[in-house]
Amino acid sequence: MIDILIPVGILFGTSLICAVILTVANRFLGIKEDETTVAIRECLPNANCGACGYSGCDGYAKALAEKTCEKTNLCVPGGDSTAKEIATVLGVEAEDVVEKVAYVACNGTCNAVQRKYDYQGQKTCYAANVAYSGDKFCAFACLGYGDCAAVCPQNAIVVKDNIAHIDPRKCIGCGICARTCPNSIIHLINDTSRVVVECSNHDKGAQTRKYCSNGCIGCMKCQKTCPSGAIKVTENLAVIDYSLCTGCGECEKVCPVHCIHEGNFICGAHN
Amino acid sequence: MLKELILILMAGVLVNNYVLQQFLGICPFLGVSKKVNQATGMGVAVIFVMLCATAVTWPIYHYILSPNFTYLQTIVFILVIAALVQFVEIVLKKFIPALHKSLGVYLPLITTNCAVLGVTINNITAEYSFLQSMISSLGVGLGFLLAMVLFAGVRSRMEGGDTPKAFKGIPITLIAASIVALAFFGFAGVVENLLT
Repeated sequence: MIDILIPVGILFGTSLICAVILTVANRFLGIKEDETTVAIRECLPNANCGACGYSGCDGYAKALAEKTCEKTNLCVPGGDSTAKEIATVLGVEAEDVVEKVAYVACNGTCNAVQRKYDYQGQKTCYAANVAYSGDKFCAFACLGYGDCAAVCPQNAIVVKDNIAHIDPRKCIGCGICARTCPNSIIHLINDTSRVVVECSNHDKGAQTRKYCSNGCIGCMKCQKTCPSGAIKVTENLAVIDYSLCTGCGECEKVCPVHCIHEGNFICGAHN
Repeated sequence: MLKELILILMAGVLVNNYVLQQFLGICPFLGVSKKVNQATGMGVAVIFVMLCATAVTWPIYHYILSPNFTYLQTIVFILVIAALVQFVEIVLKKFIPALHKSLGVYLPLITTNCAVLGVTINNITAEYSFLQSMISSLGVGLGFLLAMVLFAGVRSRMEGGDTPKAFKGIPITLIAASIVALAFFGFAGVVENLLT
């Protein structure tokens, strides 16, 4: 009998001591998880995409609960409904979410840009970029092997004519493609924007002209034409300041290489 | 004395590498080895837990269980290690939040990792003294870290490789793991002759 009781006693004793130590430690040393954080966490869509600028849904929820972040409208994939839920939890006025869409800042299609060499390797941008920054002459070009299309959670990206195209109606603005692109030529813009520069080339105009007929040559025409002063040519590339842009489309008309495009970027999540 | 300790340490790191030679702790080895920095975090957390676990289980075995109740070692060790890791986590959260943040995710993952349990039980089986046990745990932990970091490097190279569709994901990872393990067989017999 005693042979059974002693091991049982040892085991019971060990468990009891462990339990007591843990309970005491939790009671006196433990840090309580904030209830607000948990509540906000449940509102978020759990995509952990980082579009809010925090490390993930947890980070954003924590920042909101600790009041280090006041904005309830940073979750782009969640859209307005998430913003409303968060605002209800925090008891503040809901702000309208500025929906974002991604666009590819390159229009160097098969016909437009020349090739450095015939690439026979693995058909991913990541691999092609390792080999002398891809087979297109332009080092800032869309490589066209569709790494972005492969990671897009919404299947919003298709590669056509060696250029990735993003369908704004499907895009949720999570920015995963922008982080995947080895050349970093996918940018996020507010979906109310009307005009984009479809080029990322920083080479001098004459050089750009040699290898790509669609590349920005930094001719300054758009900068001079823009009535609201929203376009500036920096490092041989036209850059639009969206806080000033009115979407009049004058720049598109004067651009000699047609790399400025006017279009509708209203995304599907917009309401 | 010192020579013996160095031998135990090196044997833990290279010859008896727990992951690659004894196939303990495969779960975190495959799970958290996608990126080098994650692998490093996990490895450091494992070293930390192994040292703590050995420091606690060695006295328990020798002063409570030995000699009549040695058959209880597995269940008691699991209990004690699990409680210990929870306790360490609470303490770290309170006093060293920075360390908790860097180890935080990995600590609960290794609560009852078989590599941790394995090293404590192997230390008992090998009849090490307390100091030898601690050195052995450090060696095994370092070996785990080495295997994790090496394999994370291999995996990051594999990401860019053209894997046939049928092998994508876990299959190719296991094949790569077996090749890395083969490479480690080269260390067998090295350590014994290292210091003679």
